[in-house]
Amino acid sequence: MTLLRQGFAGRGPLVRLPGLAPLFLALTLLVLGVLIVLPLGVVFHQAFARGLEAYLEPLKQPDALAAIRLTLVVAAISVPLNAVFGVAAAWAVARFEFRGKSLLVTFIDLPFSMSPVVSGLVWVLLFGAQGWFGPWLQDHGVKIIFATTGLVLATTLVTLPFVARELIPLMQDQGADEEAAALTLGAGGWTTFFRVTLPNIKWALLYGVLLCNARAMGEFGAVSVVSGSVRGLTTTLPLHVEVLYNDYEFVGAFAAASILAGLGLLTLVLKTVLEWRHSGELSASRRH
Amino acid sequence: MWLGLVVVLPLTALVLRPWEVGLSGIWSTLTEDRVLAALRLSFGVSLLAALTNIPLGLMTAWTLTRYEFPGRRVIDALVDLPFALPTAVAGIALTAIYGPTGVLGEPLAKLGIKAAYNPIGIYIALLFIGLPFVVRTVQPVLQDLDREVEEAAQTLGATNLQRFRLVVLPAVLPALVSGFSLAFARAVGEYGSVIFIAGNMPLKSEIAPLLIVIKLEQYDYAGAATVGLAMLLISFGALLAVNGLQLVLARRGRA
Repeated sequence: MTLLRQGFAGRGPLVRLPGLAPLFLALTLLVLGVLIVLPLGVVFHQAFARGLEAYLEPLKQPDALAAIRLTLVVAAISVPLNAVFGVAAAWAVARFEFRGKSLLVTFIDLPFSMSPVVSGLVWVLLFGAQGWFGPWLQDHGVKIIFATTGLVLATTLVTLPFVARELIPLMQDQGADEEAAALTLGAGGWTTFFRVTLPNIKWALLYGVLLCNARAMGEFGAVSVVSGSVRGLTTTLPLHVEVLYNDYEFVGAFAAASILAGLGLLTLVLKTVLEWRHSGELSASRRH
Repeated sequence: MWLGLVVVLPLTALVLRPWEVGLSGIWSTLTEDRVLAALRLSFGVSLLAALTNIPLGLMTAWTLTRYEFPGRRVIDALVDLPFALPTAVAGIALTAIYGPTGVLGEPLAKLGIKAAYNPIGIYIALLFIGLPFVVRTVQPVLQDLDREVEEAAQTLGATNLQRFRLVVLPAVLPALVSGFSLAFARAVGEYGSVIFIAGNMPLKSEIAPLLIVIKLEQYDYAGAATVGLAMLLISFGALLAVNGLQLVLARRGRA
């Protein structure tokens, strides 16, 4: 934040291309307005196109409620899993030297550069009807693909990097001095973790969890591959949007979409607040 | 351990599955007209969209860091909306805008431009999804740029434009390149925001990720895995090339 202020405070020689200021501002607003704000507006406009009644109606359908419930369940499982993993992975990467560390970091980042469809596909290759473990699972009556477990697995893979990536640079910056001090003073490992490490990273952890959760609840590509889209059974809210849309139930589709858009906006607000209030405690890349 | 279970094991399946049908099977999948067309479309349009996002992103980052105007913080925050908005939501919203009866689709149609259900629609969706990557990688560099260098350039008599071209641009170039590569990588794999607006006509507007889904629905696991693996390898090669370019730029910057 301080950096930003300096950028404006100096009225002097910073290149501003002053004559172009109005033009740039207008163009930027146009690009952002058309490309980013307009779609958001359209979601709500379409959702309320036939009034409040028509908006609420499709949201009260059992299928819609089931989709909301399933979305919450999936996020409630995969987000904590990835939070714990993220802390553990960041701890390992920031505090210890071991062979294959850069390989580990590469694998943590990998889901970001994979198509979400591929993130779903890999689970089908493992557990689908013709997957490696498919026949065995079938014999034992366990269903993973086209069931909640598959949705959780796909979501977990897609959202795996969020918390870890937030924490690794921060923990590397902070160093291990405070933890070493606590250990020297006789604190145990867990005590040190809960009294020293965790308080130091709590805002960055929250930031990572926030982004992880937004993606988990909004994920579409990966879950659509493993879901089979059985209405009311294996459709999360984004999939429910698709099912309705393809059935030409546009108001319903946009009503469901408006909930997700609301979630996105909420995430954006919370994220921005975190960036303003706690920029010092977030990793360096987030200080803007 | 967790990483092994959640990332490495599934990826092993992706790498090994295609070989079940042998090299000839892989080859025949990859040379199917439909697969070739989908790969060409996915990588081509992604490249175009990511390239367009370079000037758009640079301009946005420039405006946000160098000018003060009311609502700047709100606009700054809104740049991240494509990250926060679930892709399926973006997909149906963009389709509503650019469809034949949409706010922008209708005027465009009158001009003879068919935006939705066409590669142009895919391009628009990929612009939307890629813009924040460029803005967010360039913005911190623009902010942290050493003001003394710009001051020195001015003292030495450089005009505004010269200072921009000779001082600012070389400094943000590596960030522009990495923003581009992030936007490109995301665009290639993008599914949710594209499939609604794409129209999904085989050979014409069918993207590679959708083809994977179609192959899976036909229980062609090996075929799906082949396309998935091909996408992963091509992206990987493209990213390696970009990293190489980064190294060259960094070396030139230091010299």
